[in-house]
Amino acid sequence: MLFGIEWDTSDNLTFAISILPILLRGLVVTIQATILGFFVAMVLGLILAALKAVPSRVVSWPARIISEFLRDTPLLIQLFFLYYVLPEFGLVLPAFMTGALALGLQYSAYLSEVYRAGIEAVPRGQHEAARALDLTGRDTFARIVVPQAIPRIIPAMGNYLVSIMKDVPVLSVVTVLEMLSVARIIGDRTFNYLVPLTMVGAIYLILTLLAAYGVRRLDRALPKTGIPMK
Amino acid sequence: MHWTEYLVPLGQGAWVTVQLTFWSTILGGILAFAAGIGKLSAFFVFRWLSVAYIEVFRGTSLLVQLFWLYFAMPILGETVGLDLRFSPVLVGILALGLNIGAYGAEVVRGAIQAVARTQYEAARALNFTPRQVLFRIALPQAIPEMMPPFDNLAIQNLKDTALVSLITLGDLAFRAEQLRNFTQDSTVIYTLVLFMYFGMALVLTAFMRGLARMTGRWRPSGR
Repeated sequence: MLFGIEWDTSDNLTFAISILPILLRGLVVTIQATILGFFVAMVLGLILAALKAVPSRVVSWPARIISEFLRDTPLLIQLFFLYYVLPEFGLVLPAFMTGALALGLQYSAYLSEVYRAGIEAVPRGQHEAARALDLTGRDTFARIVVPQAIPRIIPAMGNYLVSIMKDVPVLSVVTVLEMLSVARIIGDRTFNYLVPLTMVGAIYLILTLLAAYGVRRLDRALPKTGIPMK
Repeated sequence: MHWTEYLVPLGQGAWVTVQLTFWSTILGGILAFAAGIGKLSAFFVFRWLSVAYIEVFRGTSLLVQLFWLYFAMPILGETVGLDLRFSPVLVGILALGLNIGAYGAEVVRGAIQAVARTQYEAARALNFTPRQVLFRIALPQAIPEMMPPFDNLAIQNLKDTALVSLITLGDLAFRAEQLRNFTQDSTVIYTLVLFMYFGMALVLTAFMRGLARMTGRWRPSGR
């Protein structure tokens, strides 16, 4: 029994059906962690991208090194670092928050590159045309570059959203009860790991295939000439 | 314990991480070429197998795959009368290799498809067999294009090896957790470990750049 829901181990099929609602409880946590982690990554990534774009090297180099460091070290270790080290500095967060923060930190480095690539993909001619029309630097960026960068950025962000979802099971090591840890608890108690773990795999597969389809649709639907900002 | 005393156990763990990365990257590389080429095969069976492999291993979480191979596969083996219990090392290499191979397969497929159409047309005009087209025309031009994404995947794989500590394999992440339980000195240990992984990633990137230069010579001249 877990979350007050009983399971029936008489045969594999009834077992699978009886634990599905329990796994879906875990899935809710997985999705919450995905969304919160993605939100943190979006904001931190934007800050990192902005710092990396600053002309002064005193600012851009440390930002670049931090970004590289976040990208080249394992999520698991970053998570343990936050989980064990933050409390030593008096910052005690719930495991779920620590997990979402770790996901956000790791993916902020990836998303900062997505932002940069999206902005750099806007053709030079657009900048030249904006200058010819005597637009200010600020207007050029906000009204010419960003509206054309967004359709390029969004599909890539969608792919990283899916990657974050696939990394959420790592949070199980700090006691976050997401779908995989729920499946393991069921396995520990019934000595049947095959059914719950296979189900988690299948649920993941369905979700990622749906998400991949969604991203493709979105990519096609977005106007490549730019999104009107007003 | 002084922090320099941590270096010996962490170094031993790092060596396990290096070996894991090495073997799983090689397994992943083989699978990437097999499935990437298989997806473009003229035979329905090869194509279907490759697509199934790629989608399953890219579509699910690595940790789910690792636990499935470690905890669930032996049970499945029992029901069909096979002994599928493997050591953590073997399961770790298998899971990492299968996972990274699926990502690599898409890189291989993309690079082969990016070879100019005229190259294939010229090969056909010169009466090359399909095997010759693959090994003498497509791959030599495609492999240099695969190297930058392969660099990213190798780093990804190095980072992913940390997860095998969760099936009791004594890699760097596992040693760090052991030391932490023993000394409670989290800040120093995890800072050291983060920098050790970062250092290994830099070495790996340098190695992959070297490989990229080596294969870069296969690029056709005049392009």
